[in-house]
Amino acid sequence: MNTSTTLIYDGSFNGFLTAVFVAFDEKINVVDIQKNNQSQSGLFSDTETVFTNVEKAKRVWNGIRNKSYNAISNVYFAFLSETEGVELMLYNYIQKLMRAQSGKCLDYSDSTVLYIAQLAKKVGREKHRMEAFVRFQLTKDEIYFANIEPDFDVLPLISKHFRDRYADQKWLIYDIKRKYGIYYDLDHVEMVSLNLKDIQHNKTVKSNAFTSEEYEYQTLWNDYFKSTNIASRINPKLHTQHVPKRYWKYLSEKKEAV
Amino acid sequence: MNFDRIREKLNILADAAKYDVSCASSGSDRTNKTKGLGNASKMGICHSYTADGRCVSLLKILLTNHCIFDCAYCVTRKSNDVPRAAFKVQEVVDLTINFYRRNYIEGLFLSSGIFKSPDHTMERLVSVAKKLRKEENFNGYIHLKSIPGASDELMYEAGLYADRLSVNIEVPTISGLKLLAPDKKHEDFTKPMEKVKNEIVRYKSEQKIIKNTPKYAPAGQSTQMIVGASGESDKDIMYSATYYYKTYNMKRVYYSGYVPVTHDSRLPAIGSQVPMLRENRLYQTDWLLRFYGFSVGEILNNQHPNLDMDVDPKLSWALRNLHHFPVNVNTADKRLLARIPGIGMRSVDKIVKARKFRKLNWDHLKKMGVALNRAQYFMVCESRYWERRDLDAEKIKGMILQNSSGKFRNQYSTQLSLFN
Repeated sequence: MNTSTTLIYDGSFNGFLTAVFVAFDEKINVVDIQKNNQSQSGLFSDTETVFTNVEKAKRVWNGIRNKSYNAISNVYFAFLSETEGVELMLYNYIQKLMRAQSGKCLDYSDSTVLYIAQLAKKVGREKHRMEAFVRFQLTKDEIYFANIEPDFDVLPLISKHFRDRYADQKWLIYDIKRKYGIYYDLDHVEMVSLNLKDIQHNKTVKSNAFTSEEYEYQTLWNDYFKSTNIASRINPKLHTQHVPKRYWKYLSEKKEAV
Repeated sequence: MNFDRIREKLNILADAAKYDVSCASSGSDRTNKTKGLGNASKMGICHSYTADGRCVSLLKILLTNHCIFDCAYCVTRKSNDVPRAAFKVQEVVDLTINFYRRNYIEGLFLSSGIFKSPDHTMERLVSVAKKLRKEENFNGYIHLKSIPGASDELMYEAGLYADRLSVNIEVPTISGLKLLAPDKKHEDFTKPMEKVKNEIVRYKSEQKIIKNTPKYAPAGQSTQMIVGASGESDKDIMYSATYYYKTYNMKRVYYSGYVPVTHDSRLPAIGSQVPMLRENRLYQTDWLLRFYGFSVGEILNNQHPNLDMDVDPKLSWALRNLHHFPVNVNTADKRLLARIPGIGMRSVDKIVKARKFRKLNWDHLKKMGVALNRAQYFMVCESRYWERRDLDAEKIKGMILQNSSGKFRNQYSTQLSLFN
């Protein structure tokens, strides 16, 4: 009987793909794939640490993409959900995909396929929300700054959207939960980590990091937001369904409600 | 920039613009080519939602609320005593750019009361759009209102800068229009629509030959109708909506439950309830017509001039046409699947893809997100269990209503409540 093995990888997407490569290459009987900082060895399985190798990762990426474009984006999106145990699900998914002729990623009657598709959908929804709910504030050194706290790690997914859209202004979007941000310097986007003393939640107190004009525009926007409301149609349930309360602290129009 | 003055104006002019329902920012694919500001997102983005749950995606304002017309349903009509204001062109441009840079909005929705003449007003609207595009290198979404009665030349120019153009016909019937808006003629509404439609068709055909033909109103046209102001039936509304979809290639027709804003004997009194459920049913019908392959005569006709309020229009159609059911989800074609109540187009898509691999049973369908409480009476699948009783329409309706809840239910129920 094959001994079963737990693979440990470094937590990056490339690391995960390398682990998949190793598993296929060495025909390992995988029981789990775990991040190195939260690994837990099983009673009856060995552990093996996988070192990230971009070449190998690329081969897996291309292998999946050649099967289906739909599948590769599902894999990437679902991976970014950071759900516990998603690695093993993804491994099963990729196995199924490779075994089948084609179109396996569309078999919604298979529980793994449906699960991954639904997970990818959730991450896609969060990505779209962040494209909507990011609120830039203009700092005195002319950088449009925003901080967010998304449910999933969506910064890599939204970077292109913001780069295309705000090509003529410097901007910085910072993920407080995961402690890194993306910064655009009018030429390209790079990853940055900051030491934020003062997290810029939506405070009613003004910070002197921002221009005074900034607060004028926030007032105008808040006024505008208030006047779009039609009182005789009020529907708070629908409102919170569209703008869940956990995002309120970053929306300047919700400043008073927080 | 004098922020206090702007603030005053914004409050007046945003307040007057809010009765325009359309806030769509989708359908345009304008790109940011020259490192300028903004692009259009094909699917549109809602940046916030009002307390009544409507999307806020565009900066929706009037250029001015001075108006020479006196339409009964309108809050800015000339006989109404409200504070008036007007923006300068540059002020609108500055507001749009600064809101956009902070990721508050997808773009601008500019409408206006009609001052001096339709052409004079339209020219001003066009100049805002032109300035944004030419001077500010702005590629975000612009929605301009076509002013009824504006000349063809101005309408042509508007389409060069705007992504979407719209004229609100407001009153679905010509007789209603005569009663409520005596200054306006039906032709005033249709003439700009006709012009824009023809230009869109012309540009599309040129684009096939010359690839870099500039864009002309890439997100098309839309219009809006008030519901419940002039006593029209659902059939009147949907038949005229269908007419506008067909004749003018409308991208969208919006239905707006009339919010009473004035004391006028021709209209519902202030304080009467906004017909939100009716509005909801009309949108459902609209979707059935545009995406589910229904024709308007199947849902509304002389025997059924109004929609059912207690069940959705698809279910109500199915209950009247039980001879089409049950449908087998493992063999039926797409068109028929889409007609089963409780199965939406996304589920149809999933079913068609999944059934290539195996026959589907209740469990599969439930996981895919089919609303089985409605669908179970109208379909069979790979299972020994299905609805075998010989039920008539009333019975099925009763059982569905019993096992579901609706947010408008108690408002329209005839049953008295014990506790309030």
